[in-house]
Amino acid sequence: MSEWIFYAFAALAVAGALGMVLNVRNTVAGALSLVATMVSLGGIYVMLGAYLIGVLQILVYAGAIVVVFLFVVMLLNLREDGFASGRQWATKAVGATLGVAAAVGLIGLLPAHFPEAAALPEGFGGYRVVAALLFTDYVLAFEVSSLLLLSAMVGAVILARRSTD
Amino acid sequence: MLEVVLKLLFIVLVVLAGMLPLITWVERKQSAVMQDRIGANRADLMGVTLLGLLHPMADVIKLFSKEDFVPAGANRILHLLAPVVAIVPAIITLAVIPYGGTYVFGASTLSLVVADVDWGILFVFAVGSIATYGAVMAGWSSNNNWSLLGSMRASAQMISYEVTMGLSIVGLFMVYETLQLPAMAAWQDDSFRLLGFVEHLGGVQLPAFLGWIRLPAWGIFLQPLGFVLFLTCIMAENKRPPFDAPEGESELVAGYHLEYSGMRFGLFYTAEFLEVPVIGCILTTLFFGGWAIPFLPQETIISFIGAGFGEGFATGVCLVLHVLSFLVKVALMIWLQMALRWTLPRFRYDQVMDLCWKVILPLSIANVFVTGAIILWVEAVIA
Repeated sequence: MSEWIFYAFAALAVAGALGMVLNVRNTVAGALSLVATMVSLGGIYVMLGAYLIGVLQILVYAGAIVVVFLFVVMLLNLREDGFASGRQWATKAVGATLGVAAAVGLIGLLPAHFPEAAALPEGFGGYRVVAALLFTDYVLAFEVSSLLLLSAMVGAVILARRSTD
Repeated sequence: MLEVVLKLLFIVLVVLAGMLPLITWVERKQSAVMQDRIGANRADLMGVTLLGLLHPMADVIKLFSKEDFVPAGANRILHLLAPVVAIVPAIITLAVIPYGGTYVFGASTLSLVVADVDWGILFVFAVGSIATYGAVMAGWSSNNNWSLLGSMRASAQMISYEVTMGLSIVGLFMVYETLQLPAMAAWQDDSFRLLGFVEHLGGVQLPAFLGWIRLPAWGIFLQPLGFVLFLTCIMAENKRPPFDAPEGESELVAGYHLEYSGMRFGLFYTAEFLEVPVIGCILTTLFFGGWAIPFLPQETIISFIGAGFGEGFATGVCLVLHVLSFLVKVALMIWLQMALRWTLPRFRYDQVMDLCWKVILPLSIANVFVTGAIILWVEAVIA
């Protein structure tokens, strides 16, 4: 049963990713395919027991970040002729080769490193465990990344503010 | 498995088949009462009008028999998909709402919630955030500038209020110490002495009668500011007046669902109406004790009735009373939303955004700090 749910989510994630890459002509449809990928990744995280990450994946990535992408794309009103076409085959070839190489490498490496599923510790993936780790072992990384986000936010406000002079 | 299906059927049928048609009637009648009119009363079936209760049925027949029109130049697939994306989140939110407590019948335990997940309230937020796409897809795929403007407004408004909606109830999580909705409701099945804290301030002995003034330990009494902020945010998420700038009839004709007709328009309409009882359920669970009956904790009810009729019967009666209590509170929350909707005129769009980022966000953060300080004080002095 759960295997089939996994396959459904995995197929949807791959289909969404392909839809995003192949929908060059229609940027909005591409962004919406990205949403499908994000949501199915969230489902896969939940199946792995990482509940908090799964919910945050949907809440933050699918629910907020891609909406902002869409917002910008719809405002720009992109047209097909706005894209340089035809002379990008070299970029595409390099990208495809690298992608296939990475996939083959991962498929080869993963079974060696994760031969069998380990039993999950108590409360794994719940918000209590994640919060406890964030505020003890990883508190420095947590604070540094919050500083980074704060400075990005201040920068965005300064860039976007109306000039007063 | 069967148990889950039955629980799901109960909540979905009560809300979708019971409350949803009634709400369109309540909306018409309540607005009529508030504006000193009679309200809808003309739909009749062989002379029987039933106080206008036949209007929801007439609405549905009308919507189904209208032409389903897709404008030229529209993105057909997204145009057809958008109403579905708009309505599904409201329905699946019901999966985590506890409409009753946990009851022990001999060897078996019955918990009246479909999915008792540890991160219940986060599920509500995550699912709610997907609802934004209904409006975005509808506006963009219609190939109409008014629709596009409407969906721009909808996406900006909904993202902004999602941020503050989460922050506005952080104080509540700190009080309940959980994100699990059934645990939150069970936590509130209690009461506290209103002036009890005075005795801990130092040496003052209150007269005995003041000790009798008690309040239910509900979220609204413990986090009153949180309630006002959360109610504002969740009503803005619903996009009904006074937050209906994305539809704004006077500026954008009908906003993001301008190019929809027939039952596809009906689905957008239904999504907004369906969110009213769903919001009622969330508000009841978070702030009004869920299924709890004030001053009568579950043990008291069971031991009182159980003394004469046996434990199993008493638990059954308690279950029914709790579900009724939950539904009564949800009905009151629906009334509250309707009263607000017909009292306030539409905010201007910049006012909506200013309210979110300049008023609600700072107040929510202040609420978190004040709640934290009080909790620390209580732990130091009382416990």
